[in-house]
Amino acid sequence: MKNTGLFQKLGPFFGLILITIVLSILSPSFFELNNILNILRQVSINALIAFGLTFVILTGGIDLSVGSMLALGAALTAGAMTSGIDPIIAILLGLMIGAAMGAFNGLIITKGKVAPFIATLATMTIYRGLTLVYTDGRPITGLSDSFSFQMIGKGYVLGIPFPVVTMFLAFLVLWFILKKTTFGRGVYSIGGNEEASHLAGLRVDRIKIGVYTLTGMLSVLAGIILTSRLNSAQPTAGTAYELDAIAAVVLGGTSLTGGRGWIFGTLIGALIIGVLNNGLNLMNVSSFYQQVVKGGVILLAVLLDRKKAA
Amino acid sequence: MTTKPIITMTNIHKSFSSVHVLKGVTFDLVPGEIHALMGENGAGKSTMMKILSGIYTKDKGEITYKGEQVEFKGPKQAEEAGITVIHQELNIIPNLTVAENFFLGKEKTIGRSGIMKNKEMNEEAKAWLMELGIQLDPQKPAAECSVGQQQMIEIARAVSTNSEVLIMDEPTAALTSKEIDVLFNVIDGLRRKNVAIVYISHRMEEIFKMCDRITVLRDGASIGTREIKKTSFQEVVKMMVGRDLGEQFPERTNNPGKIRMSVEGLSTKTGVQNASFTLKHGEILGVAGLMGAGRTELMRAIFGADKNTSGTITLDGKALEARHPQKAIEAGLAFVTEDRKGEGLILNQTVRENLATSQLKRLSKWSILNRKKEQQSASELIERLRIKTSSMEQPAKSLSGGNQQKIVIGKWLATEPKVLILDEPTRGVDVGAKKEIYQIMNELTKKDVSIIMVSSELPEILGMSDRVLVMHEGTVSAIIDRTDATQERIMTAATGGE
Repeated sequence: MKNTGLFQKLGPFFGLILITIVLSILSPSFFELNNILNILRQVSINALIAFGLTFVILTGGIDLSVGSMLALGAALTAGAMTSGIDPIIAILLGLMIGAAMGAFNGLIITKGKVAPFIATLATMTIYRGLTLVYTDGRPITGLSDSFSFQMIGKGYVLGIPFPVVTMFLAFLVLWFILKKTTFGRGVYSIGGNEEASHLAGLRVDRIKIGVYTLTGMLSVLAGIILTSRLNSAQPTAGTAYELDAIAAVVLGGTSLTGGRGWIFGTLIGALIIGVLNNGLNLMNVSSFYQQVVKGGVILLAVLLDRKKAA
Repeated sequence: MTTKPIITMTNIHKSFSSVHVLKGVTFDLVPGEIHALMGENGAGKSTMMKILSGIYTKDKGEITYKGEQVEFKGPKQAEEAGITVIHQELNIIPNLTVAENFFLGKEKTIGRSGIMKNKEMNEEAKAWLMELGIQLDPQKPAAECSVGQQQMIEIARAVSTNSEVLIMDEPTAALTSKEIDVLFNVIDGLRRKNVAIVYISHRMEEIFKMCDRITVLRDGASIGTREIKKTSFQEVVKMMVGRDLGEQFPERTNNPGKIRMSVEGLSTKTGVQNASFTLKHGEILGVAGLMGAGRTELMRAIFGADKNTSGTITLDGKALEARHPQKAIEAGLAFVTEDRKGEGLILNQTVRENLATSQLKRLSKWSILNRKKEQQSASELIERLRIKTSSMEQPAKSLSGGNQQKIVIGKWLATEPKVLILDEPTRGVDVGAKKEIYQIMNELTKKDVSIIMVSSELPEILGMSDRVLVMHEGTVSAIIDRTDATQERIMTAATGGE
């Protein structure tokens, strides 16, 4: 009984392996180390956002504003750097702004009692608008060429791209928080039954604000990586990123109604999306068809999940 | 009873994965009888009725309906054949009107256009309800109807489709005593119209008042069928648990001590007005009252679950500012809620996880959960409360009602409370588990724990309380000593009489 449960849970993992095998056969250059590292680097940005969203979705919430937080956080960090602030301080400042934006989402949802979908739909527009106001609609360039800032997006550690290292470190820390801490248990409990959690003495509002804060911070971290790689902060950066991130969470088997799921699944989900993008590119599939395939895979995954649950 | 049975179920078997739930159940139902089906939680009553109504398919056995062998494929087929189930959780859509709910899925339309004939539906729904003796505005939103009225909509709906068999699962669980009287009138009328009724309930008094025959299930097998007139409470209980239970309520031997908690002038936005009372060490204070009298609201206010309350609560000489359940828990309060699925349990989580929710702090260090301590606490509680589960990793939803209730109680015992609030602690719990819960209450009071027990069952209030607090329309209308408490005095105070 328990084994079949694990087998089911690992469904997305087998899916990833299957897709990898198929793509390796169809395109010989796919399974080269360089390309794998390339995929992992491409995936890291979506994965970081999706990690945060996993927490939010586990509580039964949703955050549509991740892409806008990414853009505003990145723009403010870039702006701070161009005005001469030390890159490391600028980055920390950016992360704090991300946390603040996320906390604001959480406050509207808990204290204002607004549905997460509506609350973050509104702040998605607000944060994007603020980004355009701040950048005047133009990219911010001429960023610091300091080692630390360049390292974040373009560096390598022992041959592994730095964003990939960041992604795995974030994964380990977040996995630990979700699995081993009272905060993580609270996240699952709230998604499972919010009223029961409240009556059991859990600080429901604080935990909820916490997950949105975490998501804000991770979104800006993804934004800073993106900025470092492109060497500029784009006002339209991160547009529609929430869709890929939600797709990664769902592909990984986390339930949109909350209470059930795991962050390892999200990592796999993000990898599936990344592998598909990369493989289809290598095979010269037009980007129009790529969208069709991606959507199809998401649909298939969810339908298979339904079948198992039934 | 010489009439030919409308339904006979013979030697029905059913397994889920590896669990053998029904092991050869036999049952028959004749037109014009109310046939009670009793058994402890998990005895197989629901499974049996779900097979009869086509929700599950049987593995083995025979069902004859009106002289023919049948096997329904889905509830719709059973309903078309004339078998309707009124579930405990009603199938009412709150935003639709009475008439819309009545006609749900079989709306009257102009031809096949999909355009509904609202006026006709309203009139017809009203007429069917009148047939049952119920006056209800068909255009009233169902959300504004009481639970009893919502149930009447479903019964009327069943009658309108010429149902010949009506299966009612715990129909009185959420009704006030007045509504129960109405319901009994209605089903008595149906009996006279030769409808066959299966009546599933835990309430012995009701069954002996209303039913003609009773079949008892235990561990997935039918133990026997008796005519109500020729059996007794004791015999039925013995059939259910397989042994003599003795007295229903264990003797209270504990003498309450000094005052531990006092509540003064407590008012809430949810309807409690100026409530004052005291609670002694090792005392069980029963809280009685009609549904909607504000009992649960008072408990929630004491526990800090609802904001915007006024008044003072003193516990062990210290003022309790319970603005949040967590503060209340720290002060030594615990709250077993009335609705265990909605408020008490996280159904998807395991028994272990559920037992930990109230004590995460104690089971962790620097916010990191200690898995060993968690498992240890879970196995201790499972043993102490005799929770029947194959392992602590079972999801809570897979357990029977009585065992689920024990999880909720266990989760609070783990916090070692000074004051334990129990809101309807034995609702939907079978007799065996009920008695165990009473024994746990007695043990706790011996250890100086004070208990507030909200209950709608007067025998329970009278059997277990040291004092009885009665509520009426948000106020405390009486506090009666154990020795002076009678059903009459409590009901008088509960209805606002002198």
